[in-house]
Amino acid sequence: MAKRSFKVWRGDAKGGEFKQFEVEVDSGMVVLDVLHRIQAHDANDLALRWNCKAGKCGSCSMEINGKPRLACMTRMNVFTDEETITCQPLKTFPVIKDLVTDVSWNYKQNKRIRPFKPRPREADGTHRMYQEDVDRVQEFRKCIECFLCQDVCHVLRDRDSKDAFVGPRFMIRLATLEMHPLDTDDRIPEIRKEYGSGLCNITRCCTEVCPEHIGITDNGIIPLKERVVDRFYDPIAIIGRKLFGIRRRTKTLAEEGAGGSSGSGSGGGAGSAAGGKAKEEGET
Amino acid sequence: MLDVSEIQTIDHDVVVIGAGGAGLRAAIECSAHGLSTGVLSKSLLGKAHTVMAEGGMAAAMGNVDPRDNWKVHFRDTMRGGKFLNVWRMAELHAKQAPDRVRELEEWGAVFDRTKEGLISQRNFGGHRYPRLAHVGDRTGLELIRSLQDHGIHRGISFHMECTALELLKDGDRIAGVLAYWRETGRFVVLRTKAVILATGGGGKAWPVTSNSWEYTGDGIAMAYEAGAELMDLEFTQFHPTGMVWPLSVRGILVTEGVRGDGGILKNNKGERFMFNYISERFAPETAATVEEANRWLEGDKSARRPPELLTRDEVARAITAEVKAGRGSPHGGVFLDIASRRPAEFIRRKLPSMYHQFKELAEVDITKEPMEVGPTLHYFMGGVRVDADTQESTVPGLFACGECAAGLHGANRLGGNSLSDLIVFGKLAGDGAKQYVSGLAATPRPTDDQIKAGIRRATEILNRDSGTNPYLLHGKLEDTMSRGVGIVRQKDELEKAVAELEALKVDAQTMKAPGASQYNPGWHEALSMRSLLVTSEAVTRAALTREESRGAHTRLDFPGESAEWVKYNVIVKRGASGEMVVEKRPKPEGPPQLVAIAHAKIEDLEAGKVGADVT
Repeated sequence: MAKRSFKVWRGDAKGGEFKQFEVEVDSGMVVLDVLHRIQAHDANDLALRWNCKAGKCGSCSMEINGKPRLACMTRMNVFTDEETITCQPLKTFPVIKDLVTDVSWNYKQNKRIRPFKPRPREADGTHRMYQEDVDRVQEFRKCIECFLCQDVCHVLRDRDSKDAFVGPRFMIRLATLEMHPLDTDDRIPEIRKEYGSGLCNITRCCTEVCPEHIGITDNGIIPLKERVVDRFYDPIAIIGRKLFGIRRRTKTLAEEGAGGSSGSGSGGGAGSAAGGKAKEEGET
Repeated sequence: MLDVSEIQTIDHDVVVIGAGGAGLRAAIECSAHGLSTGVLSKSLLGKAHTVMAEGGMAAAMGNVDPRDNWKVHFRDTMRGGKFLNVWRMAELHAKQAPDRVRELEEWGAVFDRTKEGLISQRNFGGHRYPRLAHVGDRTGLELIRSLQDHGIHRGISFHMECTALELLKDGDRIAGVLAYWRETGRFVVLRTKAVILATGGGGKAWPVTSNSWEYTGDGIAMAYEAGAELMDLEFTQFHPTGMVWPLSVRGILVTEGVRGDGGILKNNKGERFMFNYISERFAPETAATVEEANRWLEGDKSARRPPELLTRDEVARAITAEVKAGRGSPHGGVFLDIASRRPAEFIRRKLPSMYHQFKELAEVDITKEPMEVGPTLHYFMGGVRVDADTQESTVPGLFACGECAAGLHGANRLGGNSLSDLIVFGKLAGDGAKQYVSGLAATPRPTDDQIKAGIRRATEILNRDSGTNPYLLHGKLEDTMSRGVGIVRQKDELEKAVAELEALKVDAQTMKAPGASQYNPGWHEALSMRSLLVTSEAVTRAALTREESRGAHTRLDFPGESAEWVKYNVIVKRGASGEMVVEKRPKPEGPPQLVAIAHAKIEDLEAGKVGADVT
């Protein structure tokens, strides 16, 4: 047991300030435990969200010493003994109270995206998909909707372009649908126009903060950008479409290069090659 | 004086309380029937307790072992529940689960695949064949996200961070729900023809639990207050493997999938102790030697299942006994070892969340070292008593499904039967509500007095000058339940717990939450305490009443199952003058054909000597 210093932002939409707390911390505690201790003893009405306490639900997102993190997965022993730990709400979203922000914008983005549209079942009533074909989609479906990627995204955070870009979380949702072996819908035109794929300039900040280690940029956003480029900026494909009305769902270089293997590492090489192509889209 | 006309009012045909797997599945069904459907969730959408489910959902699809079918699943469920399950519910569940799982795939779920490209299925405790459709060890997330992403396009109104306080009635019938928005603290009245409770259990009454803050028994308590009957509440499941260290994560779940995929339990002498705890009932179907258990792991279909995959009640008791005998791990658990059984790559692929969870929270690499685990309060088998086919409670217009309903699991739930329970009975509750609403002659309406009284009860906590700190009261409740109503129970301790609960109820009358009503966790905590106290009292009184040991209910003073008690359920309801009434009620007998299947030798069932005439 040792006393540790915490600075916790307290306030609401009208404003607020950091409040200092000196708390007894036991070994093995995470930041969320300490906040709960503050809540139980010093500030019963300290507002914060949490549920699973095991990094599975993505509720306790906040900025800890300036970094977007899950409070339940931030162990106290990552800080030095003298360090004051600062907790503040996610900056990208409006504050409701203390550490709780209004993330409803994210739910609205999800609703804008056209839902999954599967092909018919096979004659025996099943859908056949092979593991290697779903590995990538399963990587994306690990997303716990903590919105840390949305918080750190420059487009949403600094430029406040929330109307123009759905943000990394929903690019990943779109990638899930586009790469789902059973899905028959085509969302590429909206990904470019309405969801703003061109606004992402691939700084990979979202990937860095993802607690699920999803290769958001390399495995999700870049392949989507490539599909957009292939559809709208590839002169041969455009002529082909004009002459023959061909509109096929193209496999991108990154996907062919990756050969369906899983893991965020595999997209690295292909990702950087694709970066140039995707950048081209960003500049148009 | 409070003017009810100034309170926000929302009208629906059906209000579903709870947005986990059961609530979302029920809402989707209601909406498909054309009902105006509202869903209340205490948290944000997609954060409900279902996301913490790890191992999978049980459905006898036979994709991995073609010998599986609904009858074997039904038999496993009844035996796991020690024959106290509602026969019809166990039948419906086993029959309908495969269709509900396939439907999820149609809505976008991406399960792990077999080599043939079908939905893969894994082994789990108490299930004879590999039966759990799964996605690594994050199946609950896949379930909730699939339902969420499908549900948001079905015209359902989602009321997020909105907590139900009380059910409102018109005479005997359900007429509405009084709730408040967590963000603003403002009250809202949902006028509705039917309510479906999908609120889960009440594990937060215990200090060591896998449950989150939401699990405060709200549905159970609201149903009780509204006059509904509760059943089987003495059966509280302690999952055998929760984390035991560090203290701050004590209780967090370690999936049974670790054992399903080959993990073994050892004591501090390195002994694989589960071989010493094989009960007579399961002996014919359990490996007798380490050698046989190892052959099973290698895929030998003639070998029987290892004893680590016995039902949860048996494994939890065995671990408790080892620790008591001084053979526990340094932090008071036992060792769960998969590192020596499977290659690191296999562990990281099949159990990624467990790998992550231990690495980040306990600094243990499970591909190299064993985990320390011990029992944690995980699940309520009991809850609101419902009709098997419609999920309607004894209050007209009030339905319940998922964990907050009783019946499917009897005295002990098999792992994997919970997620399938949610989708099977969530759908049936939606169908039941539709049938009920269609038959209503007039729309029931709550009275202003009920609404005013409910609001007064909630705001007193804020308006008081001083009083009991709800967090500290919660701590006392946890202490009472862990000492008096733990894995092993006895009369004097249960009686002491009842007395302590009476005292806590008095303290709760004067709870005080400082601050205003806007997003005030102290106030929320105080309001949850009301539900927790009702639920805890019901569990304790039911446990005192059942004088035998069966499944998850173990009485030191009444060891062993009693042939008499299997014929009874313990029913709890509110008496005429507000006192809690406990009744020992005869359990309806099952149809002879189903009884024969449940009690058949597995060889006879599979050879068609029993149950061949049932479809």
